[in-house]
Amino acid sequence: MTDVPAPALEPEVMPRPTTEERWRALRAVSRGDVVYRAVLTALTLCLPAVLLLIAATLVVDALPGIKAMGLGFLVHSEWDAVHNRFGALPLIVGTLYSSAIALAIAVPMALACAVFLTEFAPRWLRSPVATLVELLAAVPSVIYGLWGIFVLIPLLRDHLWPLVRPVLGKLPIFSGVFYGPSMLAAGVILSIMILPYIAAVSREVLLAVPPSQREAGLALGATRWETVWSVILPYGRAGIMGAVILGLGRALGETMAVTMVIGNNHQVALSVLKPGYTIASVIANEFSESVTKLQVSSLFYVGLVLFVITLIVNALARVLVWQVARGSGVGSTAL
Amino acid sequence: MRGRLVRRVVGSLMTGLTYGAAALAILPLAAILAMLIVKGAGSINLDFFVKSAVPLGESGGGFAYAIVGTLIIVGLACVVGLPIGIGAGIYLAEFGGGTFGFVVRFVADMMNGTPSVVIGIIVWSLVVTPMGHFSAFAGGCALAIILVPIVARTTEEMVRLVPNSLREAALALGYPQWRTSLAVVARTARAAIVTGCLVAVARVAGETAPLLFTAFGNQFFSARIFSPMAALPLQIYDYAVGPYDDWHRLAWAGALVLILLVLAISLAARLVTRAKRHAT
Repeated sequence: MTDVPAPALEPEVMPRPTTEERWRALRAVSRGDVVYRAVLTALTLCLPAVLLLIAATLVVDALPGIKAMGLGFLVHSEWDAVHNRFGALPLIVGTLYSSAIALAIAVPMALACAVFLTEFAPRWLRSPVATLVELLAAVPSVIYGLWGIFVLIPLLRDHLWPLVRPVLGKLPIFSGVFYGPSMLAAGVILSIMILPYIAAVSREVLLAVPPSQREAGLALGATRWETVWSVILPYGRAGIMGAVILGLGRALGETMAVTMVIGNNHQVALSVLKPGYTIASVIANEFSESVTKLQVSSLFYVGLVLFVITLIVNALARVLVWQVARGSGVGSTAL
Repeated sequence: MRGRLVRRVVGSLMTGLTYGAAALAILPLAAILAMLIVKGAGSINLDFFVKSAVPLGESGGGFAYAIVGTLIIVGLACVVGLPIGIGAGIYLAEFGGGTFGFVVRFVADMMNGTPSVVIGIIVWSLVVTPMGHFSAFAGGCALAIILVPIVARTTEEMVRLVPNSLREAALALGYPQWRTSLAVVARTARAAIVTGCLVAVARVAGETAPLLFTAFGNQFFSARIFSPMAALPLQIYDYAVGPYDDWHRLAWAGALVLILLVLAISLAARLVTRAKRHAT
């Protein structure tokens, strides 16, 4: 067999690129990649930059207030723009109190909703009901406020309160006259507003519970409810905590609806029927009407306090939800 | 050991309670929509759309400038916020595996949790004070800050859903990474990204608190973005807390228009995804 040399056509038609040419070609490709990556990185850097800017601006603008009043600002309760004396205690207490009321109402309801949507509801009902609950989150805050003023407050004051007053009227948290705009109204509005968030995330968490857990519970002879109560809910505990804390974060920072129904009064009161104030609503109300530099600075100071509180709360929620996502390998929009 | 009957009764009772809770949770939505229609629909007429807000105490007037203002401010927010949000989202999905991606994701979630009123005073301090006056531009900036983290996170989720085999196929055909990312990956996820953006836009369109100290509101017509501008949520707020019945009537009508706007955007978002699903 004679060795016929293969026709060396290709090298003649298309000369092999030299190493240098190859490198150039590669670099041309990667130059586009470098530019692309640089542009995206620049856009991405905007996020941390903006968060830092928010924090820095708050601190800088709050500085005159911090210097003038120190930490005493957080424990004093007078708010007197004329004499330039400011204390944030009623605001901080009001923010926490209204959020606590909201959680007390919304958490059981939202959990029940999530359980209903994942365990008990007939299949055809699940997706429409879930959509409706999500729509609740799409309603703008100012519309909740409007509804709160003209529907919820009259309903609470004229219909529900007279009904329960003989029973609850003696308790200290229900003492006093109920005029309408109050901590209670704010708490109820907030509970409606945060329910969809807690329900949606809890639902994701419950959906991520492996079917084997459910089946094991049922196989041991538990009723469906017992399976939910003693197997499924404990399994999703961390994620549900995350959902609740996420809801808390929403409630703490909610502004318009609360401003419209809470009554806007600088006082610390135990009774939920009394008007109160929150940090967010004092900023919304007084910022554009501030008369002195110190008042503006005080508002930035409480804003900073609110920012730090929500930062801690959201970080906590994030960590909890991450743990769940890592445990079950589930990554979803809500998580 | 409890009796079988007791356990079954407790089970049915609690099951019933979850049904009740679900019904009770949806009740406010139904109540709000019903009130909006009952109280708002009657006041929606031509005047509402073509007339401006009237001075204190006068009756009549409409939401014309507020509607235009909202569209302009939200448009500004989109121009500023969407490119940053989408870019950051694609970055997080494509290159965001390391520490930087982790940090940005965390930052986005923290920004998302920042109260909108705080963003309002920040923008006041950074934009309104140096310029010396309130402006629609400042309002757009405030809304953009709210928009960016939401868009970034949803875009990331959507781009992540694109199967790796598509990426590999494009790279194997000799596409550079940037073309793969833009022409194959982002294009595949396009409908989902648009949906995410629309949902985010629907959310910021109803925001009031960040506009209080930025766009501020305006009784008169203004299409200049560096002057104060009316916005639908702002005017609803002003009218709702005002003392006149006539204002309350208009506030309901404005609220109805606002919620229809928000629902229309959300509905458009769903339609985009559905059209995509049918196409493939």
